Amino acid sequence: MGLNGLTLAVPRGALLAPTLDLLDTLGVDTAEVRSNDRKLLFAEAGIVTMRPSDVPTYVEAGAADLGITGKDVLAEQGDRAVYELVDLGYGRCVMVLATEAGDDPAAEALRRLGVMRIATKYPRIAMRHFERTGRQAEIVEVKGSVELAPLTGLVEGIVDLTATGTTLRENGLVIREEISASTARLIANPVAHKLRAAEIDELLARVRDAA
Amino acid sequence: MIHPIPSGTRDVLPDEMRELRAITEAVRGVFEARGYGEIATPALEYEQTLMRGDAGGATPAYKLFDERGSVLVLRSDMTIPIARVVGTRYASVAPPLRFSYFAHAYRSVGPQRGQSREMLQAGIELVGAAGPEGTVEALNVLCASLDAVGLESYRVGLGDASLYPALLDGFHVPAGARPQILHELVTRDFVGLGRELEGLALGEEVGSLLLRIPQLRGGPEVLELPEGPARDATAGMRTLHASLEAGVAERVIFDLGLSRPLGYYTGAVFEVYDAALGAPLGGGGRYDDLVGRFGRELPAVGWALGVERLHSALVGENRRGERWG
Repeated sequence: MGLNGLTLAVPRGALLAPTLDLLDTLGVDTAEVRSNDRKLLFAEAGIVTMRPSDVPTYVEAGAADLGITGKDVLAEQGDRAVYELVDLGYGRCVMVLATEAGDDPAAEALRRLGVMRIATKYPRIAMRHFERTGRQAEIVEVKGSVELAPLTGLVEGIVDLTATGTTLRENGLVIREEISASTARLIANPVAHKLRAAEIDELLARVRDAA
Repeated sequence: MIHPIPSGTRDVLPDEMRELRAITEAVRGVFEARGYGEIATPALEYEQTLMRGDAGGATPAYKLFDERGSVLVLRSDMTIPIARVVGTRYASVAPPLRFSYFAHAYRSVGPQRGQSREMLQAGIELVGAAGPEGTVEALNVLCASLDAVGLESYRVGLGDASLYPALLDGFHVPAGARPQILHELVTRDFVGLGRELEGLALGEEVGSLLLRIPQLRGGPEVLELPEGPARDATAGMRTLHASLEAGVAERVIFDLGLSRPLGYYTGAVFEVYDAALGAPLGGGGRYDDLVGRFGRELPAVGWALGVERLHSALVGENRRGERWG
């Protein structure tokens, strides 16, 4: 039981609680992870914790055999050599294009200036969306609260992930387009996927039963 | 004064070079003993030549113009240059032809990913020997080389590039849907593969079979599939398994979903794994159409190992047990 001796990269943040709940049903002892939010490595349980966007890095390099992260992260880091094994179903959120309420300033910028400026933490997803829909956009990458960017005049719109839309609403932004939906995924290192096939498949069967 | 070199490239100093040399000399000994003559080809080739070998697959990352305006590229592997040599310089020599090489190949890298632009490859090409005998010989030389290097826990993943296309044929999957399905497979996205198959209304049984088969990997028992297109598609792998030598067979992991990034493979494909490294040490496979594109219709098989990766795996195997897990 447990993780069959495999190392699992667990995302901190919004995905942490449902991930630990899933691990509990798999028979992994998560008490230490729950009670200690500064510690990063839990050797006994086979768990390492990190930002969701770091999960593909650790799994691709084989520093963790398996990992759990959002489809949004995988789509943004599309060229990672990892196996995407299961859609875990939780952590549902949507990648959206949002602008200030009222007349759409991004549409106006596109019409009058020929290009719209878009702030995002997901430059590749945003770029792909505008290329696919044939619109010219200047992507501005920011690391922190994206909602600030249109309010200060830095950009006309943002591409960001939202679960409930509350933060957008509170900042006077409205959703103009839904780009893609995202849920948590279980991923595997390609070498571990071959060398630890039996352990991974047994764990997968339990994950599918639990999901 | 510090003068930088491009990211993904490196200087090799004597301490490291001594260890790399030990690896290449061990491998060279195996190549010599098995009759694989060493050849060298230019790092620069005409773009036209490489595109003839693999239109779209191994797109060369570095291009430049010569004095006359011709487009030159740095080779992205050695297989296509050797196919060119066979067509040009061995046009009438009786097969089989056995070649080996130690040469740098050039690839593009992602930013801050620790990837190499320039990597030293050690490999062989066996031209004019069809499967399964030719494949068996190539795998024998592969395992002998890895043994000579001193790796202990390596495994060889063995798949078939024609397996999944044959399955799609056998189950009458519409041609229009295939590129996307194969894309999900090559990008290792089984969630996406499941979604694509679900959208096709193939029936639950066929859909789940097409999703399950590429996830099968392990001992020869994974080749025992239900009668019908699935069993037919693995016929080549079962024949190959029956021909493998014992020392090779115990290293093999049969992998029905194995896909290689290069487009010219036609049959058996393989990858080398070691638990000490998170990425394959190398790989290869059959490319029965490639040499024909350069004028000689000869079946062929070959593989390449990354010498720097062999080195990392050796160091990693020695360190095993020191890791926290």
